[in-house]
Amino acid sequence: MANTQGTTGLVGWIDERFPLTKMVREHLTEYYAPKNFNFWYFFGSLAILVLVNQILTGIWLTMNYKPSAAEAFASVEYIMRDVNWGWLIRYMHSTGASAFFIVVYLHMFRALIYGSYKKPRELIWIFGVLIFLCLMAEAFMGYLLPWGQMSYWGAQVIINLFSAIPGIGPDLSVWIRGDFVVSDATLNRFFSLHVIALPLVLVGLVAAHIIALHEVGSNNPDGVEIKKTKGADGKPLDGIPFHPYYTVKDLVGVVVFLIFFSIVIFFMPEMGGYFLEHPNFDPADPLKTPPHIAPVWYFTPFYAILRAVPSFAGTQVWGVLAMGAAIVMLFFLPWLDRSPVKSIRYRGFLFKLVLAAFVVSFLILGYLGALPTTPERTTLAQVCSVIYFAFFFVLPILPAIEKTKPVPERVTEK
Amino acid sequence: MKKIVLALALLVLPGLSLAATAGYPLMKAPIDLHDKPSLQRGAKLFVNYCMGCHSLEHQRYNRMARDIGLTDEEVKANLIFTGAKVGDLMKNAMPKAAAKQWFGVTPPDLTVIARSRGVDYLYTYLQTFYQDPTRPFGVNNAVFPNAGMPHVLWQLQGMQKAVYEVHKDHEGNETKVLTGFELVQPGSMSAPQFKESMADLVNFLAYAGEPIKLERQKVGIWVLLFLGLAFVVFYLLKKEYWKDIH
Repeated sequence: MANTQGTTGLVGWIDERFPLTKMVREHLTEYYAPKNFNFWYFFGSLAILVLVNQILTGIWLTMNYKPSAAEAFASVEYIMRDVNWGWLIRYMHSTGASAFFIVVYLHMFRALIYGSYKKPRELIWIFGVLIFLCLMAEAFMGYLLPWGQMSYWGAQVIINLFSAIPGIGPDLSVWIRGDFVVSDATLNRFFSLHVIALPLVLVGLVAAHIIALHEVGSNNPDGVEIKKTKGADGKPLDGIPFHPYYTVKDLVGVVVFLIFFSIVIFFMPEMGGYFLEHPNFDPADPLKTPPHIAPVWYFTPFYAILRAVPSFAGTQVWGVLAMGAAIVMLFFLPWLDRSPVKSIRYRGFLFKLVLAAFVVSFLILGYLGALPTTPERTTLAQVCSVIYFAFFFVLPILPAIEKTKPVPERVTEK
Repeated sequence: MKKIVLALALLVLPGLSLAATAGYPLMKAPIDLHDKPSLQRGAKLFVNYCMGCHSLEHQRYNRMARDIGLTDEEVKANLIFTGAKVGDLMKNAMPKAAAKQWFGVTPPDLTVIARSRGVDYLYTYLQTFYQDPTRPFGVNNAVFPNAGMPHVLWQLQGMQKAVYEVHKDHEGNETKVLTGFELVQPGSMSAPQFKESMADLVNFLAYAGEPIKLERQKVGIWVLLFLGLAFVVFYLLKKEYWKDIH
């Protein structure tokens, strides 16, 4: 007995009740991806890999971790010493957090250079920025759990930002902490949000991100819509089935990623104090403020923007607003970049210059955010913050003065 | 493109170091986790001189025994003074609240101190106590000024006094800079012996900070060999599939 998919046996039985074969076809074997993906297109599948890594290692960490101010620090050392392979699970999780941000930053950079956020992919981009936001919240709450000095004081600093909001600020920060200082109550709620609430949202957003992508199809380094040129069989001439072509290609990317990932896990799990900060090996002490509180590296660009903005009219709230705006601006990118040309390959010198300035200012901000402030560094951070925001305001006027190159009809090789 | 990759790689790789101390230069600790006799001497020093005040509360005696090449019996006979069982954590009997009254600060647990302060800091700290009658215990420390800890190792090292160099700026203001030490009362060890003992002690603390370190690196080699092989297989597989795509 054949069904609409032409399958029989067990798969046929399932297909009459659930769209198994239909989904495999739509998302893998008959999902046509442009054949000219390059290096930058590895990071989407790698982000999924790291997400799975975080969820699996997280489940096993949760089996031995104790979310209580009295026991949290000791339970992490228990995992490192007494749980079989606990050290590996913990390092995979702690390194995975940093790897997630590396992969996601590179994935976002890819979208910037090839205009992947442009029509008709605006929603993919918006889901992506939401994933980034969710990931930041997830990482921030997870960082409190080891209950070290940096966990504690980092959380203290960030939660205190909310108290800068006029009027409701102080009450809001107490509401977030569940106490007047970061305490056992804070640790418990952050644990709850970190292991269940935010991962649920994250997985849901990732699903939406991929469904939206498969609805419109992937962009590519030429910024050409492959669906415009179809063969007699109705398949895009420049497209190839995602499976097997990109599954085997991404497997190579996965192995290369795992090589770098393993080098960190097995030979430099602290990454010189960047992935695991040295002061975090001191248990949290509410009475002892560390001399220098530095966020983990992936937050430093935004932290630098926060510190670069001076207080004004008696409130610090402007820095908080600037930091928030630095992320919120990303949502508007699809409508701010008005050039009809997607890929950097066919855009003019001006766009390359503006984008380079944006990326370099972001990197410098990241560098400055890890250091204590000095007047010179604050000035540099202010300059870089201005460049960062200027990017979003220059983009809309670029098409009027930019000279673009003609975009080919079909994708090119290399 | 390659330049961009390089620039992004530089973002990720560490280039900065954490500065910490009060300006006194740190000595390089000669750490060798493979040197089991050194780890055993370090363990002996720790339980004899440190453990009265400092616990190692995440480390088990029998794990330590296995890792540094001792039997449970040897540990029971020579290294357990608290009546603890060999499978117990290395806690001590000092009441935390009382300790705070005695020293002004609770002596911290030292299990992961080597990971938070770094081995060079510990190595230098242990060797730079000097006479200072203004302090409650009569000693001060060069890398941790006004440390609450007495010089518990003075019988071994002897007592030393600080040697200062006086710098004058152009307005004639004098600043004293600590440059070295001079032994005023010899201890039971010679200076090189003491230095070596502190290397042993710090080596032991480096071990205690992460007992799995040596094994982790050993496993890592096999994982990388496997991944190297997997890369060759998957790369050839990809090439085979893609040979028709133009």
